Amino acid sequence: MTDTDEKRSIIRMFHVHRNYGNKKALIDITLDIFKNDFVFLTGASGAGKTTLLKLLYLAEPVSEGQVLIDGMNISRIPRKRVAFLRRKFGIIFQDYKLIANRNVFDNVSLVLEAAGKNRRLIQKRVRGVLRLVGMEDRLAALPPSLSGGEQQRVAVARAIIGDPKIILADEPTGSLDDDSANIIMKLLNGVHIRGATVIIATHDKALIRKTGGRVLLLKQGRLQGSSIIEKHYDNSIF
Amino acid sequence: MIILFFKRALKDFRNNRLLNLITLLTISLSILIVSAFVLFFINTSEIMNFWKKGLRVMAYLKSDFPPSQLTALSGKIQTLPAVKTVRFISKETALKQLKSQMKRQASLFENLDKNPLPDALEIQLNTKSQSWEKVEVLATQIEALDAVQEVEYGQRWLGRFAQIFNLFRLTGYTMCSIFFMAAVFIVANTIRLVIYSRRDEIEIMRLVGAAEHFIKIPFYFQGLMQGAAGAGIALAVLFMAYWSMASNIEQGFFSGLFNVRFLSPLMAALIILLSMLVGWLGSYISLKQYLKR
Repeated sequence: MTDTDEKRSIIRMFHVHRNYGNKKALIDITLDIFKNDFVFLTGASGAGKTTLLKLLYLAEPVSEGQVLIDGMNISRIPRKRVAFLRRKFGIIFQDYKLIANRNVFDNVSLVLEAAGKNRRLIQKRVRGVLRLVGMEDRLAALPPSLSGGEQQRVAVARAIIGDPKIILADEPTGSLDDDSANIIMKLLNGVHIRGATVIIATHDKALIRKTGGRVLLLKQGRLQGSSIIEKHYDNSIF
Repeated sequence: MIILFFKRALKDFRNNRLLNLITLLTISLSILIVSAFVLFFINTSEIMNFWKKGLRVMAYLKSDFPPSQLTALSGKIQTLPAVKTVRFISKETALKQLKSQMKRQASLFENLDKNPLPDALEIQLNTKSQSWEKVEVLATQIEALDAVQEVEYGQRWLGRFAQIFNLFRLTGYTMCSIFFMAAVFIVANTIRLVIYSRRDEIEIMRLVGAAEHFIKIPFYFQGLMQGAAGAGIALAVLFMAYWSMASNIEQGFFSGLFNVRFLSPLMAALIILLSMLVGWLGSYISLKQYLKR
């Protein structure tokens, strides 16, 4: 690891383990993710992709090892600071995790409200981001009335509205048709172009080939390798 | 921000109507019982104070008591430490007073061939001596005098009543404390159910970076609002009960004996604050437990 790597890193993991009782979900993970990286975290179901993401956004604790996010050791962050750390992330879940009884606008504005932004700014930003994801005409719709693709677009809007440094996406296209998946990937690419680090957990090899980026392969909780996949044709890691 | 929290609390209230109504009713009932106790004690204390202020001892003189010794007897009684004033009421004056008080039953006095009432001394006590124990001591001292046939302090039963009242007061305090705690725990449990029904939403809020106060404050608002509304309902019900009872008392046997009054605005405000505290405490306890996880 060079000094330059250290400066460029936004996420660093050192010998990270995550155990559930006797079951080892992640074993001795050491990796660096750099600022403005576009990373695919891939592997079969149960390989530890979601667990790794959960460690990053502090939904689960690290059993052993150290994780640094933007220079902060997450194991040493006091409870009260966790919310502030999470604001560095925009998280997209496979099951969207939208609040069912709040409309599209309220779901997206939640991030800015939680950050204490004023109403005028919230109005402007939410409308802007919903326009970006093509949902500006569904402001008042409740999530259950939307299709899977639309819900995921709202989830993307929610993830990007706070201008996070890091986007974590767990199987963002897992349950979507090709057209919807393309829209989501275009949106994530857009966020990446604007400077965010994007980490996508997926087992969809076709999606990785089509999009291209750095690929981290997990197998039974261990990091098997890292390589750069060029858009469309390089599949050497598989 | 406060408006936002307030709106969210109102929205939560609407979204969980049944649970919130149960909480509201629980608070209302608890506060109603506590307020009823308070109202009862305030009025009883007032009545007792009123009676205590009018406390006097009547010493009825023997029929053969010579009027020439009246000044000496009055002087002797006046020297007793608890006594403020001594006034002689002749049997003629007493009968006159009785007749004027019982005008409607005037026929009762028509056939009296002689005045059955004795001469008496009305002894007013000084303020410091208006405790039941001191009055009893004084009564015994006066009763020991030769000229005195009988001593009566009309409110003799008040002493007993005061003891019972104190016992009631103690029971009242205990009951109020129990109701307070019960209300807090019921509110805490109901809010826990509301939180549980919204656990996904809370989880999402936490994941998108909502600080704990952002999650907690609307629940605190909800608790405070439930408390205020619960107290409002309780006080309204209590006022209606008071109003119907007070008008019965005014028209009935006790008319003029004492005035029943409702809680003062200050006391009502204190009850509302107490109720809001119940609501807030319930929210606080359940949130503290839930968010610890």
